[in-house]
Formats: sequence, C-alpha cells, structure tokens
Amino acid sequence: MSISQRQLALLLVAPGLALVAALFLYPLSFSLISAFTRPQGGISLDAFRKAWELYSSDMLFTVVIVLASCLFTGLAAIIIAGTLTLGENRWIVGTLKALYRWPLFIPFIVAAQCMRTFLAKNGLMNNSFVAMGLMEPLQAVSFLDWRGIIATFVWKQTPFVALLLAGALAALDRATLEAGRNLGATRLRVLVELALPQVMPQLLVALVLSFVTMLSVLSVPMMVAGSQPTMLTVDMAFRINAYGDYATANALGVVTYLLSAGAAIIYLKRGMAKEGAT
Amino acid sequence: MMRLASSLRAALAAFLLAVFAFVLIGPLVNLALWSVAERWYTPYKLPVIYGTRYWEQVFRPTGDAMASLGTSVWIAVLTVIVALTLSIPAGYALARLKLPVRALFMILFLLPQAFPSVAIYINVARVFYQLGINGTVFAVVLVHAAHGLVYSVWIAAAAFGAVDKDLELAARNIGASPLRTFFSVTLPLAAPGIIASGIFVFLESLDEFTGTFFVGVPQVTTLPLLLYNAAMGGNYQVASITALILLVPSVLFMLFIERFLRADVLAKVGA
Repeated sequence: MSISQRQLALLLVAPGLALVAALFLYPLSFSLISAFTRPQGGISLDAFRKAWELYSSDMLFTVVIVLASCLFTGLAAIIIAGTLTLGENRWIVGTLKALYRWPLFIPFIVAAQCMRTFLAKNGLMNNSFVAMGLMEPLQAVSFLDWRGIIATFVWKQTPFVALLLAGALAALDRATLEAGRNLGATRLRVLVELALPQVMPQLLVALVLSFVTMLSVLSVPMMVAGSQPTMLTVDMAFRINAYGDYATANALGVVTYLLSAGAAIIYLKRGMAKEGAT
Repeated sequence: MMRLASSLRAALAAFLLAVFAFVLIGPLVNLALWSVAERWYTPYKLPVIYGTRYWEQVFRPTGDAMASLGTSVWIAVLTVIVALTLSIPAGYALARLKLPVRALFMILFLLPQAFPSVAIYINVARVFYQLGINGTVFAVVLVHAAHGLVYSVWIAAAAFGAVDKDLELAARNIGASPLRTFFSVTLPLAAPGIIASGIFVFLESLDEFTGTFFVGVPQVTTLPLLLYNAAMGGNYQVASITALILLVPSVLFMLFIERFLRADVLAKVGA
C-alpha cells in the first residue's frame, strides 16, 4: 500500500466534494460578487439600495410569513406529538398516528396545487362550510394570499416537525412523566413543563430546517398567492426572467442568506454543543 | 358526573380529530375531484360532469404528460446513479477511514440544502448558460445530484457505520483482500440503507421544481414543470392529474420508509 489511509479517505470524498464546490460554492461566490459590485467593476452597495427601494415590503412580508409559518408549524407539531406521546384514548392516538404523516413527502408544488383549489373562493373548504350551514355563500372569500402561503407551509411542514418531535418525546424517560401524572399534574402540564423542555433542542432544529426550506420554496408563493405582495424567491425569479438583472436578484439572495444564517447559527450552536458532549 | 365528563372529553377529542382530518385530507380530496371533473363551475359545490376525458388526454402516449413523465424518470434515474457513485466512496470514507476535519466535510455536503436555493440556482443557470449546457438533461441531473448528495452521503455514512466491524475483520482474517472484504461483506450489509438513500434521491429529483425551473427551461419539461405550466395556464384538470401522479411515489415512500431505514441506521444519520 503506497498511500496512507488518510490520503485514501480524501481521495474517496473528493469527487462528491468537487460536485458541491462546482454547483454550490462557486455559484455562491458568484452571487456574493455580483451583489456587492457594480457591473463596471468596483465594490458598491448599489444593488442593495435598489433591492431595498423596490422590495423592502416584500422582505418584511417574507420574514413575517416564514416566522408565522414556523410558529404555527411548531404549535401544531407540539399538539400532535404531545397527543401521540401522552394520549390515553387508544382509538384517537391510533387514528392520529395513521393520519398526520401523509403530507411528509408530498412535494411543495403538489401541496401548492392542492391548496390552490382547496382555499379558493369556490374551493372545497368554503363549499363545505356553506353545505354545513356555517356560512352564507356570499360570505365566501378566497384565502389565496398570505394566509394561503402560511396554510400551505404549515400543512406541508407540520408532519416533518411532528415526526422528529414525537421521536424525541418517545425517547424520554417515561418514569419522570408518569411521576408527574401521579403527582396530579394534568397531561397538558406534564407536556409543557416536563416533556417539552427536554426536547427543545430537537424542536428547534426541526424548526430551523423548516425555516430555511420555506425561504427556498419558489412554487408555493408563485402558485398560491397573487402577484403583490409576494416572497423574495418570486422577486428574484422575476428580476432574472423579466430584466436579466442579476445584481438586484443576487442582493435579494444575500438577504435570504442572512435570514437563514440567523437561523443556522442556532442550528450550528446546537451541533457544537452535541459534539462537545460526546 | 365523571362518566358524563369523560364522554364529553372523548366527544371533544373526536371533534378535533375530525377537524384535523378535514384540514389534512380536504386539499387532497379537492385535487382528486378536479382530476375527474369535466365541468365544474360556480355555484356548484361539486363537479357538474364527471369523466375521465382529461385522464385520457394526459395518458395518451403522444401527450405532453407521458413525455414529461419519461423525462422525469430518466433524470431521476441518472441522478441516483451520479449521487450513489459519488456517495458510496464518500460515505465509506466518512464512516470508516481516518479523515481530518470530518465534521467539516459532513457540513459541506449539507450546505446546498442549508442555504436558500433560489439565489444559488440563478447563478448556476448563469454559469451553465456560459458553458452552453443550460436546458439539457445533463445540467438538470447535475443540479439534482448536488441537491440530493446530502441524503445519499449522510445515509451511506450511517449505513456503513452500522455494519459490524468484527464481520469485516473476520473476512480479513480468513484471507480476503480489503477490496474483496468491502464488496462481499461491507457493501451487502450496508445495502438496505444505501437503497433507501437512492430512493430518497430519486424522489427528491422527481419532485424538484426550483432548480429545473432555472436550469432546465425551456427544453427540459419535467412533471413538476408541466404541473406548474398547466396550473398557471388555468388547466386545473391536467394540473391535478399531474399532481396525483407525483403524489403516488411520495405516499408509498412515506408508508414504506421504515422497512428500508432500520432504526439503528436512522439513529446514526448525521452523526
């Protein structure tokens, strides 16, 4: 054997890394350079100024939508995972378990198409409410705006977060939870005060991953909501396809990097803490 | 009193479960209804005329949908081949060999998934355009493979990590070469995890929209792009049928993933 194990290892990893470098690191640096320079050359923040002038409301819109979606996803996942772990009615737990994972691997674009029909003014949701007598036909409104985007994100991401959370809850020491119940705490209190603090790291990681995912999705805001206001992903696509304006599009891209960097710091801190512990 | 309270609680729980089921299943039912609605307009709450006309249109051998399905499956198969070719050696090195800054390598493979991808794809498209490969299947496969690599590498590393080292040592002791040990002991034992990662990559590629939207247009029309075009063109029937075609593998995978990914492998993913 003429090469060391370390060289062999690097040799085996190299082709994969080359692909990541060519299709991620290189375009990433491309986007940073394009955002921070003038077309003629020289460093400038012009692209950011233009991006802010044109799209400051969409930046706010994006942040609000993604945060709200994460919040609702987290709440729904806690309710589902909590019921799965602490539920006592076997029939209800079984039904919930069979149901909640369905959207897990459904592509965003399919979820968007589902919601486009379901949440429309004459969609199945409004029609069902009218048929049940909960609403007059004239009161029906379309939800295909920011509410539709949030609904689609929550619908699609909740199973993922709930799955990770339920896994973490199932791994907890049952005895502590039983002890809490025996001391007379309600199940809600056991969940909120005993169980959740122990699985907070897993919940946070799942929500951070969902946060970045939602910032990357192009199909949902394009298909579910109308043109204005919209999310930064749609603005980027528009800048490129309509004007070939890479500078502004890349400046918007840098804004999305910064947003997800904030979330990723939480994720990495968690990773470091785990590395340190083991 | 106690019995009344507990049956009230059960009724409330059942009610909440029904609401949950409605929210969860409703959008899928609406999709299914649109796929068989030949005519559906207000004020009718359900389709006026049901029929399979649009299914026949979609599944006509010469139709756009069959061509898109073919393109999608072909791209997904090529993506799996590329991803596994790169990730089997990488996964083995990450799991078994002494690698400096291993954690950094793991994170490098994660990066394409951890960044908002639209800004990356527009620049990939720009680079590919300069190279003259924009709008080719090859370009789309590269983008899908880079995106799926985190799954295939991480799961392959976990699968190799879960293989019992003693079995490899036993093979070495009775005289097998390192390469023979790998191909006749390690790889077969890690195969279920690697197959699972391949299915994962296949599905990711089948469902991928954003990258194809920037890199594949206008020549490469995969199913998600066909769905998008049909939906934006107002053809709800074709959009819904395409969505249903994409739904089938996703749901099957959700139901069977636990068979492929054993708990001991799953616990090691990303570790």
